[in-house]
Amino acid sequence: MNTPLSWIKAYVPDLDCTAQEYTDAMTLTGTKVEGFERFDADLEKIVVGKVLKIERHPDADKLVICQVQVDADGRTIQIVTGAPNVKEGAVVPVVLDGGRVAGGHDGKVTPGGIKIKKGKLRGVESDGMMCSIEEMGRTREMYPDAPEEGLYIFSDNPAYDKLEIGSDAVEALGLHDVNFEYEITSNRVDCFGVLGIAREAAATFQKAFVPPVVTETGNREKASDYVSVEIEDTKLCSRYVGRVVKNIKIAPSPMWLQRRLAANGIRPINNIVDITNYVMEEYAQPMHAYDLDQLSGRKIVVRRAKDGEEFVTLDGQTRKVDSSMLMICDAEKAVGIAGIMGGENSKITDNVTTMLFEAACFDGTNIRLSSKKLGMRTDAAAKFEKGLDPNNAMTAINRACQLIEELGAGEVVGGAVDVYPEPKMEKRVKFDYKRTNAVLGIELEKSEMIRYFEKLNLNYDHETDEVIVPTWRQDVNEQCDLDEEVARFYGYDKIPTTLPTGEATTGKISFKMRIEQIARQIAEQFGFSEAQTYSFESPKVFEKLLLSQEDKQRQAVVISNPLGEDYSVMRTLPLGGMLTSLATNYNRRNKNVRLYELANIYLPKSLPLSELPDERTQFTLGFYGNGDFFDLKGVVEEFLEKAGITGLLTYEPKADKNFLHPGRQAQIRHNNDVIGYLGEVHPEVLGSYEIGERAYIAVLDMPQIVEKAGFDIKYTGIAKYPAMSRDISMVMDKGILAGQVEQVIRKNGGRYLEHFELFDIYEGAQIAEGKKSMAYSVSFRASDKTLSDAEVNSAVEKILKGLAELGIELRS
Amino acid sequence: MKEKLAELREKALTQIGASEGLERLNDIRVAFLGKKGELTSMLKSLKDVAPEERPTVGQMVNEARAAIEEKLEERRRAFEKKFQEEKLKAETIDVTLPAKKPLIGHRHPNTIALEEVERIFVGMGYEVVEGPEVEYDYYNFEALNIPKNHPARDEQDTFYITDNIVLRTQTSSVQAHVMEHTKPPIRIIAPGRVFRSDEVDATHSPSFHQIEGLVIDKHITFSDLKGTLAEFAKELFGEDTKVKFRPHHFPFTEPSAEVDVSCFKCKGKGCRFCKGSGWIEILGCGMVHPKVLKMSGIDPEEYTGFAFGVGLERIALLKYEIDDMRLLYENDMRFLKQF
Repeated sequence: MNTPLSWIKAYVPDLDCTAQEYTDAMTLTGTKVEGFERFDADLEKIVVGKVLKIERHPDADKLVICQVQVDADGRTIQIVTGAPNVKEGAVVPVVLDGGRVAGGHDGKVTPGGIKIKKGKLRGVESDGMMCSIEEMGRTREMYPDAPEEGLYIFSDNPAYDKLEIGSDAVEALGLHDVNFEYEITSNRVDCFGVLGIAREAAATFQKAFVPPVVTETGNREKASDYVSVEIEDTKLCSRYVGRVVKNIKIAPSPMWLQRRLAANGIRPINNIVDITNYVMEEYAQPMHAYDLDQLSGRKIVVRRAKDGEEFVTLDGQTRKVDSSMLMICDAEKAVGIAGIMGGENSKITDNVTTMLFEAACFDGTNIRLSSKKLGMRTDAAAKFEKGLDPNNAMTAINRACQLIEELGAGEVVGGAVDVYPEPKMEKRVKFDYKRTNAVLGIELEKSEMIRYFEKLNLNYDHETDEVIVPTWRQDVNEQCDLDEEVARFYGYDKIPTTLPTGEATTGKISFKMRIEQIARQIAEQFGFSEAQTYSFESPKVFEKLLLSQEDKQRQAVVISNPLGEDYSVMRTLPLGGMLTSLATNYNRRNKNVRLYELANIYLPKSLPLSELPDERTQFTLGFYGNGDFFDLKGVVEEFLEKAGITGLLTYEPKADKNFLHPGRQAQIRHNNDVIGYLGEVHPEVLGSYEIGERAYIAVLDMPQIVEKAGFDIKYTGIAKYPAMSRDISMVMDKGILAGQVEQVIRKNGGRYLEHFELFDIYEGAQIAEGKKSMAYSVSFRASDKTLSDAEVNSAVEKILKGLAELGIELRS
Repeated sequence: MKEKLAELREKALTQIGASEGLERLNDIRVAFLGKKGELTSMLKSLKDVAPEERPTVGQMVNEARAAIEEKLEERRRAFEKKFQEEKLKAETIDVTLPAKKPLIGHRHPNTIALEEVERIFVGMGYEVVEGPEVEYDYYNFEALNIPKNHPARDEQDTFYITDNIVLRTQTSSVQAHVMEHTKPPIRIIAPGRVFRSDEVDATHSPSFHQIEGLVIDKHITFSDLKGTLAEFAKELFGEDTKVKFRPHHFPFTEPSAEVDVSCFKCKGKGCRFCKGSGWIEILGCGMVHPKVLKMSGIDPEEYTGFAFGVGLERIALLKYEIDDMRLLYENDMRFLKQF
């Protein structure tokens, strides 16, 4: 919403403040000013001048030499111009030597403006410049009185007949003004009109608010003799006011009206359209004008459209409407889409003689949904969808008729046709000033609070302690809304700052978050940096990861209105983001990249979704560059250890992950539960993501890890007796896994088994084909004695026996 | 014999004094004090000395031995000291050579900013809680006084899964969850991902993070809200940070405010960073609407409360002067390693 200061001042005549003061004060009372533009910021030394004489330029065909009178005493200066429309007698804006204009005549605005100096044009002295509307910083679109091309000529416009030569041209164009841009919150429907903002401004600056006095209008005829109105759906249309104007004389609007519309960003068209727009800006009440002669039966019926109905709007477009939408119809046909746009069949043309003015109140939600469905965000719809005050409709239409009479645009027919089955009444809201003080943390007199209310036309009933809320303030419904009114006029800045007292609470983070912190710490210690990727991705990820058609992870939560296919499903596995991030780094030639992410996957319990999906935080690690499978395995184990997860950790070589190298993948099991997987990324997947070297990933399912984790550490003492250690060097089939060997050692090692460690693995010359050798160092210790050789030997025997069952022999 | 002894002693001490190196010293020890050494042989020949002179000569032998040993030891220490000095000198390194840095990962700036915020509020007695990202319409909207078809739903550009399940558009959705199962006093913050259908550009992302704060107790006031957020801003942006509360509108708080902090770059003078205003908008807040309390089973007559919502990315971008939001989700190492 934009509004020039001059328009606000029309209703708050005593307002006297700088643009910055206005901005700050209005913002602090809740009408946020986003910024302002001084129309004259870059306009200096520009006067009204008159072209007295034009001569040809001796050396240039397209230039002429003008003698221009620039003050009342007849002083003239010489200006060379190339403007095609310059003529003797033309009264034009003239920028004098040392002055400034806002931009070029091509419409390009130059920040800070352009300085104009005396100079020579093709050898001929030129002491200034005559200006086009663009050079004055405005556009031809908003100043339709400016010619298609060339200088702005005052003398072509009878409105400027009395302009004095030498007077301020900026003033003449109404440009000594500031335009404010507001951010109006959706609850303050009244402030979508200039009057609403002016009321706030008056209250803010404690000045009188002087709204327009809407006088009675119309001849002795009765509108009801011209037209009848019937509302079929009173839920969607709570009021319909119609007035009739005849003998219409279409003409341009007066300058003051054109200028105000232009400042608000609305293009002036003709008196009737401009009045409609002007009142919409002023009262925030959209109106529509129909050619009454085109309405069959001289009747208006407000009803829902029929499914499949087609309708041509006044912009010539055919629209498909349906029974959810409200239409304005005559006795036979639709003539407008209610609150959105009128029809071509009844629009005002230059030949119109009698028209029906409509000011109605439609259901905001319905208008919003319809305008969305139709893809038509008109100014009217934008206002209606906020939910307007039906009582405003009558005032607004009367104001419009008043302007029609004042501007001589037509003859207003007396009376109005008003269908308003359930008039909206003022609300009464109980007020407890003590509660206001208690909620705000202030101590303010009740009388002062009431003073604030009254400035806003919220009257107070002292007998019942109720605030009487006018219907335009639909945001005030209960005590807390009144607290806000007090707060904003007392001043948010004056409310003290305190800290909550009362019962102390313990600050803490959850156990889950503590485990996540450990994950971060460990990952970072091992050189992994934290990545963050989107929760939604393309279903194409499933193909890129080579998931089989039956794979359960294809069952994803689908967004019904995604930004595009690339963001259309909620991820069921965390690899798309990780691999994309690794690929980005690879593509940018970053070496040795290690990333981790802690974020959710979303697993639907059933599809289509009837309850919320299972959101599981995944700890994902991925890298390329230095390191291999076993480095990553080390990070996983270090994390699990630090998270206090004890018990048996095993790795199954087949994790059934199509996206991993078939010979380099493992399911990670703790006790019997699968808690994650790790492996080298399948070369085909690397290819799809365009990662040109081996990459590794590990994924841990945090909910299970959190459940298993703990900080329950018990000190077990430092061993007092020596450990006995034996090296076992063995030969076995290549296919036997270290995990199998270790399982035997663990199982058969007896109660004194303390630790074992693989220290050598070898395949090659000294070993038979198809075999490999492994050597473990196994140590034993008792907590209460020094073990004897016999005890250790017996344990080793058992281990060897177990190994023999797997066909493993001691290496000789 | 006595003269011979004195001569021997003198000879040994001279040799020790003139010796170079530990090896030579050892040779001298062997030559005089070894099993076949000169002094040892002399001791052996003591039996040839007249019995009455034996004690005197014996004592002289012992004295000579002690003197030689002492001199040997003294000399040994001197050698060792010298040796040590030479060794240390030889081991001199160029301390200005580059450090060997362990490869340590970097935390995401969003997380660093979040941990900072969490630290501040945990210190003030707040519990950090979480809620679902895929959420029922009820918690994301209705329980926050945003009924179906409320215009605020359009402003938030919601991603829908079904008619009543959405991707949460705000972490305020956690409010009702907490209030439904907690008896006041409540002091929580709820960080997490939120989603809005904004196209990706330098200042927008369809997925970002917010931190919701909620305090419910008896006698909670707007001035408590002001004080709490002023503390927060000072902790986060520096002791001299000023805070400005501007009236605003949110359906779930009344009165509501937007909060600006004085620009920490120009200290409020106005710069490009704050677009010349001297202030930077950082969050929205307000007193919890009585309807919201009531819907979640808390009596608004007995309790009041305040709530606030902060955009995490906004804080991270401001604090670390990151000029493009897309950098946060690309995970380029050259970006990440700066944090």
